[in-house]
Amino acid sequence: MSFINYASREINLKIVYYGPGLCGKTTNLQYIYQRTAPDAKGKMISLATETERTLFFDFLPLSLGEIKGFKTRFHLYTVPGQVFYDASRKLILKGVDGVVFVADSQAERLDANVESLENLQDNLEEYGYKLEKLPYVIQYNKRDLPNVSSMDELSKLLNPRGVPEFSACAPKGEGVFDTLKAVAKQMLVNLKKSGH
Amino acid sequence: MFEAQSSLVLHDEEFSSIASVIEKLLQESNSKAIFLVDKDGQLISSVGETGDLDTTSLASLTAGNIAATGGLAKLIGEKEFSILFHEGEKDNLHLSLIASRVILVVIFDNRSSLGLVRLRVKKWGEELERIFCTLEKKARQNSDSPKSFFAEITDEDIDNLFK
Ligand SMILES: Nc1nc2c(ncn2[C@@H]2O[C@H](COP(=O)(O)OP(=O)(O)OP(=O)(O)O)[C@@H](O)[C@H]2O)c(=O)[nH]1
Ligand SMILES: [Mg+2]
Repeated sequence: MSFINYASREINLKIVYYGPGLCGKTTNLQYIYQRTAPDAKGKMISLATETERTLFFDFLPLSLGEIKGFKTRFHLYTVPGQVFYDASRKLILKGVDGVVFVADSQAERLDANVESLENLQDNLEEYGYKLEKLPYVIQYNKRDLPNVSSMDELSKLLNPRGVPEFSACAPKGEGVFDTLKAVAKQMLVNLKKSGH
Repeated sequence: MFEAQSSLVLHDEEFSSIASVIEKLLQESNSKAIFLVDKDGQLISSVGETGDLDTTSLASLTAGNIAATGGLAKLIGEKEFSILFHEGEKDNLHLSLIASRVILVVIFDNRSSLGLVRLRVKKWGEELERIFCTLEKKARQNSDSPKSFFAEITDEDIDNLFK
Protein backbone atom coordinates (compact mmCIF):
# COMPACT_ATOMS: atom_id res chain seq x y z
CA MET A 1 0.00 0.00 0.00
CA SER A 2 1.62 3.19 -1.10
CA PHE A 3 1.68 6.09 1.29
CA ILE A 4 1.57 9.55 -0.21
CA ASN A 5 2.23 12.39 2.14
CA TYR A 6 1.39 15.75 0.62
CA ALA A 7 2.41 17.54 3.79
CA SER A 8 6.01 16.34 3.71
CA ARG A 9 5.88 15.72 -0.05
CA GLU A 10 6.88 12.09 0.08
CA ILE A 11 5.83 8.92 -1.69
CA ASN A 12 6.57 5.67 0.11
CA LEU A 13 6.48 2.37 -1.73
CA LYS A 14 7.07 -1.16 -0.47
CA ILE A 15 8.94 -3.77 -2.50
CA VAL A 16 9.14 -7.39 -1.34
CA TYR A 17 11.84 -9.83 -2.49
CA TYR A 18 10.35 -13.32 -2.49
CA GLY A 19 11.80 -16.73 -3.36
CA PRO A 20 12.97 -20.09 -2.01
CA GLY A 21 15.49 -20.45 0.81
CA LEU A 22 19.07 -19.49 -0.08
CA CYS A 23 18.12 -18.14 -3.52
CA GLY A 24 19.88 -14.85 -2.77
CA LYS A 25 17.24 -12.38 -1.58
CA THR A 26 19.31 -11.04 1.30
CA THR A 27 22.36 -10.87 -0.97
CA ASN A 28 20.42 -8.61 -3.37
CA LEU A 29 19.68 -6.15 -0.57
CA GLN A 30 23.24 -6.31 0.74
CA TYR A 31 24.58 -5.42 -2.67
CA ILE A 32 22.14 -2.55 -3.09
CA TYR A 33 23.09 -1.32 0.36
CA GLN A 34 26.83 -1.42 -0.43
CA ARG A 35 26.42 0.39 -3.71
CA THR A 36 24.10 3.18 -2.64
CA ALA A 37 25.38 6.57 -1.61
CA PRO A 38 25.15 7.16 2.17
CA ASP A 39 22.66 10.01 1.83
CA ALA A 40 20.30 7.85 -0.23
CA LYS A 41 19.97 4.95 2.18
CA GLY A 42 18.99 4.25 5.74
CA LYS A 43 20.24 1.49 7.96
CA MET A 44 19.78 -2.06 6.73
CA ILE A 45 18.03 -4.21 9.30
CA SER A 46 18.40 -7.98 9.17
CA LEU A 47 16.42 -10.13 11.55
CA ALA A 48 18.36 -13.33 10.98
CA THR A 49 19.33 -16.59 12.66
CA GLU A 50 22.87 -17.21 13.87
CA THR A 51 23.57 -18.94 10.58
CA GLU A 52 22.49 -15.84 8.66
CA ARG A 53 19.25 -17.24 7.39
CA THR A 54 16.49 -14.65 7.36
CA LEU A 55 14.26 -15.22 10.38
CA PHE A 56 11.66 -12.50 9.91
CA PHE A 57 12.80 -9.96 7.34
CA ASP A 58 15.57 -7.76 5.98
CA PHE A 59 14.67 -4.12 5.57
CA LEU A 60 16.43 -1.47 3.53
CA PRO A 61 15.02 2.03 3.04
CA LEU A 62 16.17 3.88 -0.08
CA SER A 63 15.37 7.41 -1.15
CA LEU A 64 16.26 7.79 -4.75
CA GLY A 65 15.36 11.35 -5.57
CA GLU A 66 12.43 13.52 -6.47
CA ILE A 67 9.61 13.27 -8.92
CA LYS A 68 7.61 16.45 -9.44
CA GLY A 69 8.85 17.73 -6.11
CA PHE A 70 8.00 14.54 -4.24
CA LYS A 71 10.70 12.54 -2.50
CA THR A 72 10.37 8.93 -3.57
CA ARG A 73 11.22 6.41 -0.89
CA PHE A 74 11.38 2.69 -1.51
CA HIS A 75 11.19 0.29 1.39
CA LEU A 76 12.83 -3.00 0.38
CA TYR A 77 11.96 -6.12 2.32
CA THR A 78 13.01 -9.76 1.95
CA VAL A 79 11.00 -12.66 3.31
CA PRO A 80 12.46 -15.74 5.00
CA GLY A 81 12.60 -18.35 2.24
CA GLN A 82 12.65 -21.49 4.36
CA VAL A 83 9.37 -23.35 3.99
CA PHE A 84 8.49 -23.51 7.68
CA TYR A 85 8.56 -19.71 8.09
CA ASP A 86 5.37 -19.31 6.11
CA ALA A 87 3.48 -17.37 8.79
CA SER A 88 6.19 -14.69 8.90
CA ARG A 89 6.46 -14.62 5.13
CA LYS A 90 2.79 -13.85 4.83
CA LEU A 91 3.05 -10.95 7.27
CA ILE A 92 5.76 -9.25 5.24
CA LEU A 93 3.58 -9.27 2.12
CA LYS A 94 0.97 -7.08 3.76
CA GLY A 95 0.72 -3.77 1.98
CA VAL A 96 3.17 -4.69 -0.77
CA ASP A 97 3.34 -2.39 -3.81
CA GLY A 98 5.74 -4.44 -5.94
CA VAL A 99 7.21 -7.94 -5.94
CA VAL A 100 10.59 -9.29 -7.05
CA PHE A 101 10.69 -13.06 -7.34
CA VAL A 102 14.27 -14.27 -6.98
CA ALA A 103 14.66 -17.75 -8.47
CA ASP A 104 17.61 -20.02 -7.76
CA SER A 105 18.88 -21.11 -11.19
CA GLN A 106 20.47 -24.34 -9.95
CA ALA A 107 18.80 -27.37 -11.56
CA GLU A 108 18.19 -29.06 -8.22
CA ARG A 109 16.22 -26.02 -7.00
CA LEU A 110 13.68 -26.11 -9.83
CA ASP A 111 10.93 -27.59 -7.66
CA ALA A 112 11.73 -25.24 -4.81
CA ASN A 113 11.25 -22.28 -7.16
CA VAL A 114 7.90 -23.53 -8.37
CA GLU A 115 6.72 -24.19 -4.83
CA SER A 116 7.81 -20.76 -3.67
CA LEU A 117 6.04 -19.05 -6.56
CA GLU A 118 2.83 -20.92 -5.77
CA ASN A 119 3.24 -20.01 -2.13
CA LEU A 120 3.61 -16.35 -3.14
CA GLN A 121 0.36 -16.48 -5.08
CA ASP A 122 -1.48 -18.21 -2.25
CA ASN A 123 -0.26 -15.74 0.34
CA LEU A 124 -1.13 -12.74 -1.82
CA GLU A 125 -4.59 -14.13 -2.35
CA GLU A 126 -5.19 -14.29 1.38
CA TYR A 127 -4.94 -10.51 1.42
CA GLY A 128 -7.11 -10.24 -1.69
CA TYR A 129 -4.16 -9.21 -3.87
CA LYS A 130 -3.39 -10.77 -7.23
CA LEU A 131 0.12 -11.16 -8.56
CA GLU A 132 -1.11 -10.29 -12.06
CA LYS A 133 -2.25 -6.90 -10.78
CA LEU A 134 0.95 -6.03 -8.97
CA PRO A 135 4.17 -4.59 -10.36
CA TYR A 136 6.22 -7.75 -10.65
CA VAL A 137 9.59 -8.88 -12.05
CA ILE A 138 11.59 -12.11 -11.93
CA GLN A 139 15.30 -12.55 -11.34
CA TYR A 140 17.15 -15.76 -12.19
CA ASN A 141 20.00 -15.68 -9.71
CA LYS A 142 23.18 -17.72 -9.31
CA ARG A 143 23.88 -17.75 -13.06
CA ASP A 144 27.59 -18.12 -12.23
CA LEU A 145 27.17 -21.68 -10.94
CA PRO A 146 27.88 -24.68 -13.21
CA ASN A 147 24.72 -26.69 -12.57
CA VAL A 148 22.10 -24.19 -13.72
CA SER A 149 18.93 -24.75 -15.75
CA SER A 150 18.80 -22.85 -19.03
CA MET A 151 17.16 -19.42 -19.02
CA ASP A 152 14.60 -20.78 -21.48
CA GLU A 153 13.57 -23.59 -19.23
CA LEU A 154 13.31 -21.32 -16.19
CA SER A 155 11.36 -18.74 -18.11
CA LYS A 156 8.88 -21.30 -19.44
CA LEU A 157 8.32 -22.70 -15.99
CA LEU A 158 8.27 -19.55 -13.88
CA ASN A 159 7.30 -16.78 -16.25
CA PRO A 160 4.42 -17.84 -18.47
CA ARG A 161 3.07 -14.28 -18.59
CA GLY A 162 6.38 -12.87 -19.78
CA VAL A 163 6.94 -10.23 -17.09
CA PRO A 164 10.35 -8.48 -17.13
CA GLU A 165 13.05 -11.00 -16.23
CA PHE A 166 16.76 -10.69 -15.44
CA SER A 167 19.65 -13.05 -15.03
CA ALA A 168 21.81 -12.28 -12.03
CA CYS A 169 24.76 -13.06 -9.88
CA ALA A 170 23.82 -11.17 -6.75
CA PRO A 171 27.14 -11.22 -4.84
CA LYS A 172 28.81 -9.56 -7.83
CA GLY A 173 25.85 -7.30 -8.38
CA GLU A 174 25.08 -8.54 -11.87
CA GLY A 175 21.42 -7.91 -12.61
CA VAL A 176 20.72 -6.54 -9.13
CA PHE A 177 20.02 -2.90 -10.01
CA ASP A 178 18.35 -3.81 -13.31
CA THR A 179 15.87 -5.89 -11.33
CA LEU A 180 15.22 -3.14 -8.81
CA LYS A 181 14.82 -0.47 -11.46
CA ALA A 182 12.37 -2.57 -13.44
CA VAL A 183 10.05 -3.13 -10.51
CA ALA A 184 10.36 0.46 -9.28
CA LYS A 185 9.48 1.73 -12.69
CA GLN A 186 6.36 -0.39 -12.87
CA MET A 187 5.34 0.88 -9.46
CA LEU A 188 5.69 4.51 -10.44
CA VAL A 189 3.81 3.93 -13.68
CA ASN A 190 1.09 2.33 -11.58
CA LEU A 191 0.97 5.35 -9.31
CA LYS A 192 0.59 7.50 -12.35
CA LYS A 193 -2.37 5.45 -13.55
CA SER A 194 -4.02 5.33 -10.14
CA GLY A 195 -4.63 9.06 -10.05
CA HIS A 196 -4.13 10.71 -6.69
CA MET B 1 -4.72 1.19 -7.54
CA PHE B 2 -4.86 -2.52 -6.73
CA GLU B 3 -7.95 -4.38 -5.64
CA ALA B 4 -8.50 -4.56 -1.91
CA GLN B 5 -5.71 -2.08 -1.35
CA SER B 6 -6.09 1.58 -0.81
CA SER B 7 -3.16 3.85 -0.50
CA LEU B 8 -2.86 6.19 2.40
CA VAL B 9 -2.93 9.77 1.18
CA LEU B 10 -2.22 12.54 3.62
CA HIS B 11 -2.75 16.25 2.95
CA ASP B 12 -1.44 19.23 4.90
CA GLU B 13 -4.67 19.77 6.76
CA GLU B 14 -4.92 16.23 8.14
CA PHE B 15 -1.21 16.11 8.73
CA SER B 16 -1.31 19.14 10.98
CA SER B 17 -4.31 17.90 12.94
CA ILE B 18 -2.51 14.59 13.51
CA ALA B 19 0.64 16.42 14.54
CA SER B 20 -1.24 18.58 17.01
CA VAL B 21 -2.96 15.58 18.60
CA ILE B 22 0.28 13.72 19.23
CA GLU B 23 1.87 16.92 20.51
CA LYS B 24 -0.91 17.21 23.10
CA LEU B 25 -0.50 13.55 23.98
CA LEU B 26 3.23 14.09 24.43
CA GLN B 27 2.65 16.89 26.89
CA GLU B 28 -0.22 15.36 28.84
CA SER B 29 1.50 12.00 29.17
CA ASN B 30 4.88 13.48 30.04
CA SER B 31 6.53 11.11 27.58
CA LYS B 32 9.83 11.42 25.70
CA ALA B 33 8.78 10.85 22.13
CA ILE B 34 5.76 9.75 20.16
CA PHE B 35 5.58 8.18 16.72
CA LEU B 36 2.68 7.40 14.50
CA VAL B 37 3.46 4.53 12.17
CA ASP B 38 1.46 2.99 9.39
CA LYS B 39 0.79 -0.74 9.90
CA ASP B 40 2.95 -1.40 6.85
CA GLY B 41 5.95 0.23 8.48
CA GLN B 42 5.93 3.77 7.19
CA LEU B 43 6.42 6.68 9.54
CA ILE B 44 3.53 9.15 9.45
CA SER B 45 4.47 11.66 12.12
CA SER B 46 6.61 12.10 15.21
CA VAL B 47 7.13 14.52 18.11
CA GLY B 48 9.43 14.88 21.11
CA GLU B 49 13.03 13.81 21.58
CA THR B 50 13.43 12.03 18.28
CA GLY B 51 16.82 13.49 17.48
CA ASP B 52 19.24 10.56 17.68
CA LEU B 53 16.68 7.86 16.89
CA ASP B 54 16.70 6.05 13.58
CA THR B 55 13.03 6.73 12.89
CA THR B 56 12.79 4.73 9.67
CA SER B 57 14.09 1.60 11.38
CA LEU B 58 11.85 2.26 14.34
CA ALA B 59 8.82 2.40 12.06
CA SER B 60 9.69 -0.79 10.24
CA LEU B 61 10.45 -2.78 13.39
CA THR B 62 7.31 -1.52 15.10
CA ALA B 63 5.22 -2.70 12.19
CA GLY B 64 7.02 -6.06 12.23
CA ASN B 65 6.38 -6.36 15.95
CA ILE B 66 2.67 -5.56 15.60
CA ALA B 67 2.38 -7.91 12.63
CA ALA B 68 4.02 -10.77 14.56
CA THR B 69 1.88 -10.29 17.66
CA GLY B 70 -1.19 -9.93 15.42
CA GLY B 71 -0.30 -13.33 13.94
CA LEU B 72 0.02 -14.75 17.45
CA ALA B 73 -3.35 -13.27 18.40
CA LYS B 74 -5.05 -15.01 15.50
CA LEU B 75 -3.40 -18.29 16.46
CA ILE B 76 -5.03 -18.24 19.87
CA GLY B 77 -8.34 -16.98 18.51
CA GLU B 78 -8.07 -13.27 19.29
CA LYS B 79 -8.70 -10.64 16.63
CA GLU B 80 -5.63 -8.63 17.57
CA PHE B 81 -3.78 -7.38 20.61
CA SER B 82 -4.51 -3.69 20.57
CA ILE B 83 -1.92 -2.72 23.19
CA LEU B 84 1.67 -3.85 23.68
CA PHE B 85 4.05 -2.75 26.37
CA HIS B 86 7.81 -3.26 26.51
CA GLU B 87 9.60 -2.37 29.69
CA GLY B 88 13.24 -1.36 29.63
CA GLU B 89 15.72 -0.29 32.29
CA LYS B 90 15.31 3.39 31.50
CA ASP B 91 12.91 3.73 28.64
CA ASN B 92 9.63 1.98 27.99
CA LEU B 93 7.67 1.44 24.84
CA HIS B 94 3.89 1.57 24.67
CA LEU B 95 2.33 0.49 21.37
CA SER B 96 -1.33 0.74 20.53
CA LEU B 97 -3.37 0.16 17.41
CA ILE B 98 -5.56 2.98 16.15
CA ALA B 99 -8.51 2.18 13.90
CA SER B 100 -6.81 -1.19 13.14
CA ARG B 101 -4.66 0.77 10.75
CA VAL B 102 -1.97 2.87 12.39
CA ILE B 103 0.29 2.26 15.37
CA LEU B 104 0.80 4.82 18.09
CA VAL B 105 4.24 4.44 19.67
CA VAL B 106 4.92 6.20 22.97
CA ILE B 107 8.41 6.19 24.46
CA PHE B 108 8.55 7.23 28.10
CA ASP B 109 10.87 7.07 31.10
CA ASN B 110 10.42 7.55 34.85
CA ARG B 111 9.15 11.09 34.38
CA SER B 112 5.90 9.37 33.46
CA SER B 113 4.22 6.06 34.29
CA LEU B 114 2.43 3.26 32.50
CA GLY B 115 -0.85 4.27 34.13
CA LEU B 116 -0.63 7.85 32.93
CA VAL B 117 0.45 6.85 29.44
CA ARG B 118 -2.44 4.37 29.18
CA LEU B 119 -4.95 6.95 30.28
CA ARG B 120 -3.75 9.65 27.88
CA VAL B 121 -3.34 7.23 24.98
CA LYS B 122 -6.94 6.22 25.44
CA LYS B 123 -8.13 9.81 25.34
CA TRP B 124 -6.08 11.03 22.37
CA GLY B 125 -6.21 7.69 20.60
CA GLU B 126 -9.93 8.22 20.14
CA GLU B 127 -9.24 11.57 18.56
CA LEU B 128 -6.73 10.00 16.18
CA GLU B 129 -9.19 7.26 15.37
CA ARG B 130 -11.71 9.89 14.28
CA ILE B 131 -9.16 11.55 12.02
CA PHE B 132 -8.15 8.30 10.35
CA CYS B 133 -11.71 7.15 9.85
CA THR B 134 -12.52 10.43 8.10
CA LEU B 135 -9.37 10.04 6.03
CA GLU B 136 -10.42 6.59 4.93
CA LYS B 137 -13.90 7.75 4.00
CA LYS B 138 -12.42 10.55 1.96
CA ALA B 139 -10.03 8.17 0.23
CA ARG B 140 -12.90 5.90 -0.75
CA GLN B 141 -14.87 8.80 -2.23
CA ASN B 142 -11.93 10.10 -4.21
CA SER B 143 -10.64 6.73 -5.30
CA ASP B 144 -11.48 7.27 -8.93
CA SER B 145 -10.88 10.98 -9.26
CA PRO B 146 -9.65 11.48 -12.81
CA LYS B 147 -7.75 14.72 -12.25
CA SER B 148 -4.43 13.63 -10.97
CA PHE B 149 -1.17 15.07 -9.98
CA PHE B 150 0.77 11.88 -10.60
CA ALA B 151 -0.73 11.46 -14.04
CA GLU B 152 1.76 14.10 -15.09
CA ILE B 153 4.73 11.90 -14.25
CA THR B 154 6.65 11.26 -17.44
CA ASP B 155 8.81 8.30 -18.36
CA GLU B 156 11.71 10.69 -18.28
CA ASP B 157 11.00 11.59 -14.64
CA ILE B 158 11.13 7.92 -13.78
CA ASP B 159 14.35 7.30 -15.69
CA ASN B 160 15.96 10.28 -14.01
CA LEU B 161 15.51 8.68 -10.60
CA PHE B 162 17.94 5.95 -11.53
CA LYS B 163 20.69 8.02 -13.05
N1 LIG C 1 27.51 -18.48 -6.39
C1 LIG C 1 26.51 -17.68 -6.01
N2 LIG C 1 26.15 -17.64 -4.72
C2 LIG C 1 25.13 -16.81 -4.38
C3 LIG C 1 24.47 -16.00 -5.31
N3 LIG C 1 23.53 -15.28 -4.68
C4 LIG C 1 23.61 -15.63 -3.37
N4 LIG C 1 24.56 -16.56 -3.18
C5 LIG C 1 24.94 -17.20 -1.91
O1 LIG C 1 23.88 -18.01 -1.45
C6 LIG C 1 23.80 -18.00 -0.04
C7 LIG C 1 22.41 -17.62 0.43
O2 LIG C 1 22.14 -16.28 0.06
P1 LIG C 1 21.07 -15.38 0.84
O3 LIG C 1 21.03 -14.07 0.14
O4 LIG C 1 21.34 -15.39 2.29
O5 LIG C 1 19.75 -16.21 0.56
P2 LIG C 1 18.25 -15.86 1.00
O6 LIG C 1 17.41 -15.98 -0.21
O7 LIG C 1 18.21 -14.57 1.71
O8 LIG C 1 17.94 -17.08 2.00
P3 LIG C 1 16.84 -17.12 3.20
O9 LIG C 1 17.09 -15.96 4.06
O10 LIG C 1 17.04 -18.41 3.90
O11 LIG C 1 15.51 -17.09 2.53
C8 LIG C 1 24.87 -17.04 0.44
O12 LIG C 1 25.99 -17.78 0.82
C9 LIG C 1 25.17 -16.20 -0.79
O13 LIG C 1 26.49 -15.72 -0.80
C10 LIG C 1 24.90 -16.08 -6.69
O14 LIG C 1 24.38 -15.40 -7.59
N5 LIG C 1 25.92 -16.93 -6.98
MG1 LIG D 1 17.60 -14.02 3.55
